[in-house]
Amino acid sequence: MDRDPPQGAEEDGATYRMAGAITIARAATTAREIADEPDPLTIDLSEVRNMDTVGAWLVYRTVRDRNAKVTGANDQVKSLLEQVAEADKPVKVVPEERGGFIRILRELGEWVAEAGVTLVGLLGFFGATLIGFANLVRRPKRFRVNAVVQRFDVVGVRALGIIGLMSFLIGIVIAQQGAVQLQQFGAEIYTINLIGRITVRELGTLMTAIMVAGRSGSAFAAQLGTMKITEEIDAMRTIGVSPIEALVIPRLIATVVMMPLLAFWAMLMALLGGGIFVWLSLGIPPLTYIQRLQEVTPITDLWIGLIKAPVFGFIIALAGCFQGMLVESNSEEVGQRTTTAVVQSIFLVIVLDSVFAVFFSSIGWR
Amino acid sequence: MTGVPKDCDPVITVRGLRNSFGEQVIHEDLDLTVCRGEILGVVGGSGTGKSVLMRSIIGLQKPDEGEVEVLGENMINREEDEAKNIRRRWGILFQNGALFSTLTVAENVEVPIREYFPYIDKKLMDEIASYKIAMSALPQDAGPKFPSELSGGMVKRAGLARALALDPELLFLDEPTAGLDPIAAASFDDLILSLQKKLDLTVFLITHDLDTLYAICDRVAVLADKKVIAVGTIPELLALDHPWIQEYFNGPRGRAAADTAEEHVGA
Repeated sequence: MDRDPPQGAEEDGATYRMAGAITIARAATTAREIADEPDPLTIDLSEVRNMDTVGAWLVYRTVRDRNAKVTGANDQVKSLLEQVAEADKPVKVVPEERGGFIRILRELGEWVAEAGVTLVGLLGFFGATLIGFANLVRRPKRFRVNAVVQRFDVVGVRALGIIGLMSFLIGIVIAQQGAVQLQQFGAEIYTINLIGRITVRELGTLMTAIMVAGRSGSAFAAQLGTMKITEEIDAMRTIGVSPIEALVIPRLIATVVMMPLLAFWAMLMALLGGGIFVWLSLGIPPLTYIQRLQEVTPITDLWIGLIKAPVFGFIIALAGCFQGMLVESNSEEVGQRTTTAVVQSIFLVIVLDSVFAVFFSSIGWR
Repeated sequence: MTGVPKDCDPVITVRGLRNSFGEQVIHEDLDLTVCRGEILGVVGGSGTGKSVLMRSIIGLQKPDEGEVEVLGENMINREEDEAKNIRRRWGILFQNGALFSTLTVAENVEVPIREYFPYIDKKLMDEIASYKIAMSALPQDAGPKFPSELSGGMVKRAGLARALALDPELLFLDEPTAGLDPIAAASFDDLILSLQKKLDLTVFLITHDLDTLYAICDRVAVLADKKVIAVGTIPELLALDHPWIQEYFNGPRGRAAADTAEEHVGA
């Protein structure tokens, strides 16, 4: 593939001689070499042994754009050139995007609109589940006991291990951090107040909610989303089975019932972790620890923790199922919706937790 | 009969293949040869392991035993990043297209080119993607669309455009006409046949579609009883008296497809 000196007549210009295999493997080099040749250009293909469509395209586009002449093409090469010529239809690679300020404005607008639509949608979904519940109350035979029991297992029983371990460690962390600070005043006995009140009133329920959102809320969104894509939910509708009754309500009930139980379990495990820490590290014997806990933790703390739990459970299951049902087109959306479900439910749980905190304080449960 | 034509230049050679999932044996002592320049149709009842056979040949499924050679290279126990010079020379159309859903159709076509030839400049890359899309008989406005915006037939064509991106010698098609309406299926058959002629391809085609078999396949391999029980042209297969082959080709659908094929020849 060397450059030939102009032969014979002067108006011939440059001749680019291609030889050997002109394929995609040499496309970049060939393209550069052709670009370097001056016009008018003749491309000599008589020594080409093997050509693919990319090679043919390079020749074709030189002919098209620079009016180059082609000599010495054999039949195979000719037919390739014809094929790429036939297929010469410019195609855009990415959709057109308007840049800059307009785009930012548009994205902001889309974001606001979507937030509004999501909020209305969530409300609508809440209403639909209420109607579903009402239907079940009127016709209790349609209640799916098996589905609910199965969800109890998945949402509750199978979460015991991880939630117990997490709470146990959180109990230790609270005790340890509290002890370090309180020892400075010689008030390490108050570590027990700290452990008792914070785990029972706040953290037991809150951490459980976060774990359940990550574990079950995400699973709900992914399950329902996949069922939407595989048209299982459409199939249900056509058969006359309401997806709200068959899929959403069992999950809602399971989460609402399991959340307080899991939260109570989390409180116990955190108290256990804290107790072991104060026993080993501060030398407070278990019996004293339990006695002291009873004295300093009012029973209203337990009620607060346990009242919040089912509400959080409801929010988590609602957000998970809602996002799952919103999936429409492809598998990428399932992932997005699952993420949104977890983020949305944890956010709502924390917002509600602060509302609860203000509410319980104001009714005198301090 | 697993006869190989005398002038066969083997592109794919499978010898003594055995595949199993747990207890269930899918293939046992399976032999198959695909010759250069032919369209080999692979048929078999559901669950006879047609896709598993294809996955074994392209290295997605590790067989228990046996030898697989593609374009003269052993494919058994090769990691994904090995044997790249072979992977460059084949194109695969998966059953559901398997387009990358975050990329547009044109970007999908560019993925293999980018992977193997990153030095090709953007403009040439876009031009290559353009003519591949046009060759696959997609409309021009399909290029910047995302896979979720395409119809079933267009997804297959886009998958074909991606499979053809590197000008392969060997094309694997897994049920290319499944899920298409008869008109779209027939035009897809024509497309495969014309591309095969133009680009001198060897095609390994899994199908259930009898019309496809009659219309474009040079030879047909029948999978049953865990192996390839017969390979040959359709008349050759019809001469055998294996019950499944007879039922398949002489059932009502088989007869209808044969009649259509004859009409075409007559016309």
